[in-house]
Amino acid sequence: MQSGRLNRRAFLQAAIAAAAAAGTGIACSRNRTPWWFFTLDEARTLAAIADQIIPPDQDAGASWAGVVNYIDRQLCGPFQILQKTYREGLAAIDQTSRSLHGKLFADLDPPQQVALLHAVEQGFVPAAPWQQKSSAEFFRLILDHIMQGYYGDPRHGGNREGVSWKMLGIPYPPIRGRVRFNPPKLESPPRSR
Amino acid sequence: MALKHVNAIIVGAGAGGGIVANELSQAGLSVVLLERGKWYTPFDDRKDDLRNQRTCVLGNSFGPDEERNPRVYADSRGREQVVQSNHWAYSNNAACVGGGTLSYGAMAWRFMEKDFRLRSTYGTVEGSTLEDWPITYSDLEPYYEKAEWEIGVSGDDSNNIFRAPRQRPLPMPPLPHPREHQILKPAAERLGLHPFDIPMLRNTVPYNGRGACMRCRWCVGFACEVNAKCGTQNTVIPKAISTGNCDLRTECIAREILTDERGRARGVAYFDSNNRLQQQTADLVIISCAAVESARLLLNSSSRLFPDGLGNRHDWVGRNLQGHAYTGAVGLFEQETYDDLGPGASIAICDFNHNNPGFVAGGLLANEFIRLPYQFASRGGQGVPRWGAAHKDFMRQYYRRSISVMGPMQEMPVFDSRVQLDPKVKDYWGIPVARLSGHRHQNDLLGTNFMAAKAEAWLREAGATTVLRSGPISLDGPSGGQHQAGPCRMGNDPQTSVVDKYCRIHDIDNVYVIDGSVHVNNGGFNPVLTIMAIAYYASANLLKTWKGTHVVS
Repeated sequence: MQSGRLNRRAFLQAAIAAAAAAGTGIACSRNRTPWWFFTLDEARTLAAIADQIIPPDQDAGASWAGVVNYIDRQLCGPFQILQKTYREGLAAIDQTSRSLHGKLFADLDPPQQVALLHAVEQGFVPAAPWQQKSSAEFFRLILDHIMQGYYGDPRHGGNREGVSWKMLGIPYPPIRGRVRFNPPKLESPPRSR
Repeated sequence: MALKHVNAIIVGAGAGGGIVANELSQAGLSVVLLERGKWYTPFDDRKDDLRNQRTCVLGNSFGPDEERNPRVYADSRGREQVVQSNHWAYSNNAACVGGGTLSYGAMAWRFMEKDFRLRSTYGTVEGSTLEDWPITYSDLEPYYEKAEWEIGVSGDDSNNIFRAPRQRPLPMPPLPHPREHQILKPAAERLGLHPFDIPMLRNTVPYNGRGACMRCRWCVGFACEVNAKCGTQNTVIPKAISTGNCDLRTECIAREILTDERGRARGVAYFDSNNRLQQQTADLVIISCAAVESARLLLNSSSRLFPDGLGNRHDWVGRNLQGHAYTGAVGLFEQETYDDLGPGASIAICDFNHNNPGFVAGGLLANEFIRLPYQFASRGGQGVPRWGAAHKDFMRQYYRRSISVMGPMQEMPVFDSRVQLDPKVKDYWGIPVARLSGHRHQNDLLGTNFMAAKAEAWLREAGATTVLRSGPISLDGPSGGQHQAGPCRMGNDPQTSVVDKYCRIHDIDNVYVIDGSVHVNNGGFNPVLTIMAIAYYASANLLKTWKGTHVVS
């Protein structure tokens, strides 16, 4: 019985620790940044890239739509194994930018950013920052993730206000079924949390 | 405590296993139906365009889960990688009650007569193990009909002059034609083709106690939230359970088929939902886990009498793994083609299933299910801007002005495309995982190129200003995917097949394999209705020979 109780206590402690970690994202959060995974600099670089992949015009661009938020959240979930790839890849983009123009990617002029992304996409980049991973491969990866964040379901943190669906003229909200019934009218407005 | 002995244990509650469970329970046999996944209700589906059974960049919605069920994939050059269930190379179908039928697109094709006699029709094909089936279309015809009426099929193939003869029409009419259908139909007729309404396992009128399709855009890859899509999970499996003879056990992972010292199967060892090892003894063992997992279970069931696994005396278990090479084209139009009426796929032609110049067999062509925005954006193609302002303009211009015509090319079975046990990698339960390796046949490339050209011609005739044809397929690596089939081939010769014409393993009289793995070749069609028909056919024969606790040979 004694050992049984100890086991249960150990189990409960582990369970509480696990729940706390999952609930607050301790395992994934960093100091002095609002992001779960990214540093402020990384988020800034990624936002600048995203806004060249899907630039703002009459419809919102990728960074406004929350693509960085989407990727940040997935890097602490299904994309966990890609954390190192992102850390190194974003650093390599900034390094490339610095070696070619002496500035961080986010500080370049838009035409320079586009030219640099084309170079990254095609692999015409200085070798030094890209020893671990091919720049074209990293570009394909973030291109796909940015598309997911922009066109995917808002519940994952991107596509803010369903902006891409509005752009494509798809009726909103696109979810029928459980929400196809009108909710009952409330007597008083719901209390805020 | 030992589990109570039953007449039959069925591993896998998908298209095949669900039907067998119902047939046997209705006949009074006591049945245990094991399923590795859960039983989802229509309300468990979140209509998530990044996490479903087709677009699974954030995971599968109906399993198997990504953490506990790895597989190993090896390409033609032998480069191996361990893949998770949401990786394209995994060849995932689904792990849930209903199997693939919970979330499929639900096309309900009968194979054609020639599909059962490819070798006689086309002769020997170099580099392929192509063979005639030991059964013919007319053997299966009554069971195709039974599947159409019991599970429920809508559509109208009366305009399909190539279809195999049928005794009875489909039980339900097709859905009203969406705009894509209205554009494609006259174009096909102008080209001298024979378009018709695709048969689908979907209620278009109330049928079998369930309502009709509400025509939402979340169809293929999703569970139907109004339960209008007909799978085994909402037809035969509830019926089987209501007999009182069928015990459905979910989240149970089969480890091996147990055999006795005389070489007969005596049951199945499995891990239950609490990961406890259980032994269920039974008079009959029926394997319906879909091609890859059925082969894996047979290979994992080795013993002194069966050192290389059950049914594998001649090294045929796991061989001839096939799927479908998908091909086609996307047409871009000036007029709007999008009308937001699901499921999308509606019109098809079978003009190119056979008798094509320069290659063996062929496949159907049909318009595609509705493409959700991310699917459309990530598809690409030659001349499609991948990013930047041009990409955004392209999306605004063409998302609602495009039609996609695609089709499954009948693949030639290749002996070296196979399922094996990986010597190193094990799953969460310590069971060796499947290792997929091999390559496709050259004929698949010739056929897909031909079909893509035909799809392009159809779209051009329909008025497409630009057509983006699918590129040539890669022959590297094995096929498989949702349409996986072939690794427990049916045949008369025990030296070149795994099961006999009644799906019974050649040298063991009480083990059956009833799913897509017995297909000799996989047709130029989505295979589910054929899997269902074979399940009815094999069950009928099994019951004919069932005498109390034994099947008499």
